[in-house]
Amino acid sequence: MKRYLPFVILMLLVLLPLAGLSTYAMHILILVIMWSVIGMAWNLLGGYCGQVSFGHAAFFGVGAYTSGILYQKFGISAWWGLPLSIIVVAAFALVIGFICLRLRGPFFALATLAVGVILRVSAENLTGLTQGDLGIMIRTRTWVGKIWYFYIILALAAVTFFLVRKIIGSKLGYYFVAIREDQDAAESLGIPTTLYKTIALCISGVLTGMAGAFYMNYMGYIDPKVVFALHDISIVTIMVVMVGGAATYWGPVIGSVIMVLLAELIRSIPALGVAYQTLFGTLLIVIIIFLPNGIAGDWPNLKRLFGLRGAS
Amino acid sequence: MPLLSVMQLSRYFGGLAALSDVTFDLQKGEILGLIGPNGAGKTTLFNVINGFHQPSKGKVVFKGKNISRIRTHKICALGLARTFQVVKPLRRMTVLDNVVASAFLRAGSKAEATRKAHEILEFTGLRDDGDTLSKGLPLGKRKRLEIARALATGPELLLLDESFAGLNPTELNESIDIVGRIKERGITMMVIEHHMKVIMSISDRIIVLNYGEKIAEGTPGEIGRNPLVITAYLGVTENASG
Repeated sequence: MKRYLPFVILMLLVLLPLAGLSTYAMHILILVIMWSVIGMAWNLLGGYCGQVSFGHAAFFGVGAYTSGILYQKFGISAWWGLPLSIIVVAAFALVIGFICLRLRGPFFALATLAVGVILRVSAENLTGLTQGDLGIMIRTRTWVGKIWYFYIILALAAVTFFLVRKIIGSKLGYYFVAIREDQDAAESLGIPTTLYKTIALCISGVLTGMAGAFYMNYMGYIDPKVVFALHDISIVTIMVVMVGGAATYWGPVIGSVIMVLLAELIRSIPALGVAYQTLFGTLLIVIIIFLPNGIAGDWPNLKRLFGLRGAS
Repeated sequence: MPLLSVMQLSRYFGGLAALSDVTFDLQKGEILGLIGPNGAGKTTLFNVINGFHQPSKGKVVFKGKNISRIRTHKICALGLARTFQVVKPLRRMTVLDNVVASAFLRAGSKAEATRKAHEILEFTGLRDDGDTLSKGLPLGKRKRLEIARALATGPELLLLDESFAGLNPTELNESIDIVGRIKERGITMMVIEHHMKVIMSISDRIIVLNYGEKIAEGTPGEIGRNPLVITAYLGVTENASG
């Protein structure tokens, strides 16, 4: 049963739009799946390879702007941004990796944090390329309905899920986890740690960038503050994975369901205003203290807590 | 040609000479013991040979190749593996996966790496612990996991850094037995050890470090009688007059 779970869930999702969901429900679903992609991508680098990035908005934004600039400057469909962002973000990730991956632990995290901010400020000021704070707007959306957007992001999520699983079961995955557990030991076991960290960063960045390119097409509008956002992208990415469970296959998916629904719920209470960030912060602290391995990681403990293990 | 030549090797940390002008050769197939009081520079020597530190002066030649400026993972790929005194298990990986990760260095596929890992777990007596997370392993077995992992990289030269420390008598005998069988496989070893009985019985030759300098070299018998070594370990005897 467990082996077929991903396929069963995928089939259900494929059939789901036939149930005639409201536009709003479809929108939420699309957001959940998009965040799953970003979460799974971050998880590969942060969860499995142990390189915690606080700047995944950089990859998301570069992907989004690749799409946006194609449309704005070259007058071709922003959908070309999806394949092109693979090349652009991979090249970008190589540069970032070359600079940041010589740093370890918290120093790497801080460097990535800086990268995210640098890109936001650059995007705000390179008005010739990005139109600065004006942002980029797609004047005619490809589809009015949601259904094709849903299938496109679902396809990307499915590819990401199976790709991550394939990688983790292979030599690459063993090397990533070895690096996470002890970089010196990994190096002395013949693992070229810098190379493999760069590979993890590139794959993670590219997947995140593709989600960004999708976002441009789906939302039809981006500006630097939105796609290079520290809180709303970089930090939420980490929370999605931490809440769901780092270094688990389903953690990022569970995390994105919870985070997107929670964000919607909180936003529906206007009295809260920006205080929703306080709530998120509190949630993160609670999760780290009581479920350090996330919902998927601490699932056995959770089941025991709620008595699902049966009386024993 | 010796398998490993350490030539006039010095390593400074600030003003401190952790190693100064150390020279020795290691022949293929032998076990070279490395002893010396705490802080004598034994682990630093391993760290320089293994590429964690670069020599301040001198060089290290392995299989005719100068490896002084080569990165650690490449040195390992050349066939030089080590264990750590302070064990570094890949904690949240099972014992088997620890060894599989190492075996990938010379395996073409996961199946091959897994097969090799099983063989090495058998060889090191860890077969029944394959599914245990390595953070849950008792110290004695962690020390042995260090050896298993290093072996999985297919080394010609193995550096063992206090692999016998903290073992109970049974484990000690098992480990001595494992070292003997590693030697039978034609793998050369350099062994840091404080346990005198062990080092005297397994080594073909011993070198002694004190304050970063090599103060003696010879067979276990010669070392045991060397006055410099006795002084380094027991201190200078004042002329007893009362």
